[in-house]
Amino acid sequence: MRLVADNISLSRGERRLIAGLSFAVEAGEALVLTGPNGVGKTTLLRALAGFIPPDAGVIRLEGSGDDDSLVGECAHYVGHANGVKPGLTVRENAQFWVRFLNGDVRAVDDTFDMLHLADLAEVPAGYLSAGQKRRLGLTRLLLAKRPIWLLDEPTAALDVASQALLAGLMQQHLDGGGMLIAATHGPLGLSNARILELAAPEPGEVHAHSEVL
Amino acid sequence: MRAFFALLSRDLRLSVREGSALGAALGFYLIVVAMLPLGLGPDMALLSRIAPGLLWLALLLSALLTLGRLFETDLEDGSLEVMATASLPLEMIVLAKGLAHWLSTALPLTLLAPVLGLMLNLDFAAYPLLMLTMLIGTPAISFIGTIGAALTLRSRRGSLLIALLVLPLYVPTLIFGIGAIASLLGPGGSGPSLMILAAISLGALVLGPIAAAAALRAQLA
Repeated sequence: MRLVADNISLSRGERRLIAGLSFAVEAGEALVLTGPNGVGKTTLLRALAGFIPPDAGVIRLEGSGDDDSLVGECAHYVGHANGVKPGLTVRENAQFWVRFLNGDVRAVDDTFDMLHLADLAEVPAGYLSAGQKRRLGLTRLLLAKRPIWLLDEPTAALDVASQALLAGLMQQHLDGGGMLIAATHGPLGLSNARILELAAPEPGEVHAHSEVL
Repeated sequence: MRAFFALLSRDLRLSVREGSALGAALGFYLIVVAMLPLGLGPDMALLSRIAPGLLWLALLLSALLTLGRLFETDLEDGSLEVMATASLPLEMIVLAKGLAHWLSTALPLTLLAPVLGLMLNLDFAAYPLLMLTMLIGTPAISFIGTIGAALTLRSRRGSLLIALLVLPLYVPTLIFGIGAIASLLGPGGSGPSLMILAAISLGALVLGPIAAAAALRAQLA
């Protein structure tokens, strides 16, 4: 399986953020998006998830067996908001995702153990701290297996121990043949991640991106 | 279908737990109907004649109050992004949310209507038909409402815009809802009006989710 972005251009409102960007992510590979604030990291992730249609170019998934399978349906998107319902308990949030995303109900307790949420399982999610909410949001990645993880600032609000935990989970996902695309400012703790540094496109310039291996 | 019912039961659970929206709608319905006789004067015959219309109109306005929250919380807490990457089509997601709105808001309002009918001296013969028209007609309120809620999702003062967008679309439901009751009390049967009312609801059930899903896709971009 291979995620390909072919010559895509993206804009936010009237402003062109990304012009003529091409890259491919193979199974087991991680791509880390870096660059200054407002350069279009979130926009690119949202486009990969299928929320924003590109102005030009195509985003496609090759070798998934089903030619018209949407990237979004094979991907988990964890954005700035975690998708956590404050009115439901931690367990109810997780159980909803499992049923909604066709995951395995038995995985809930294991996942809670793994992310140190077991003690909080019956607490309404509205009472959680920002870091705990983020950990709960990240359980989605494990509750339903999907090959592509799209993570926007995954380490935001996480303490050092949780960051290491997340790094382990990401490595496990990659070792299992998953793909990972993350936008971040800090280090993710991945051993062999490719870095794609985004830069603001110059007016009239098409290839404004440098890919560093 | 598992995903559909998961969403439906989550929304119902949330509406029970965060009962403020339903409480506000029921309270609004009660207050509007209680104030109408004060404005119209103590003419029992007049009240009795216009009671079905007043009950229907007040129900529309009460339901309107709750529409703004339909997708707003899901947008704010990121649930909408989770839903958009689900294998369940966005149209079915809107259908589940519309159904949850109908069960948690429109149905309780309908059940309150006969109690409020007492305050307006509604003819006793009209009670069963009032309930029937509301049961048949309120799905249109919820599903037309999903369109307005989805379109105004990101706009400030969205709730005011919803009213402007959605109230004109409620006109046919209002006309045939009241028409069915009026034709029972006057000459002629109420069958045709009820059937048109059902047709409007079924149309809204199909078209509402399609239009609202398209609007939600645009809001996510």
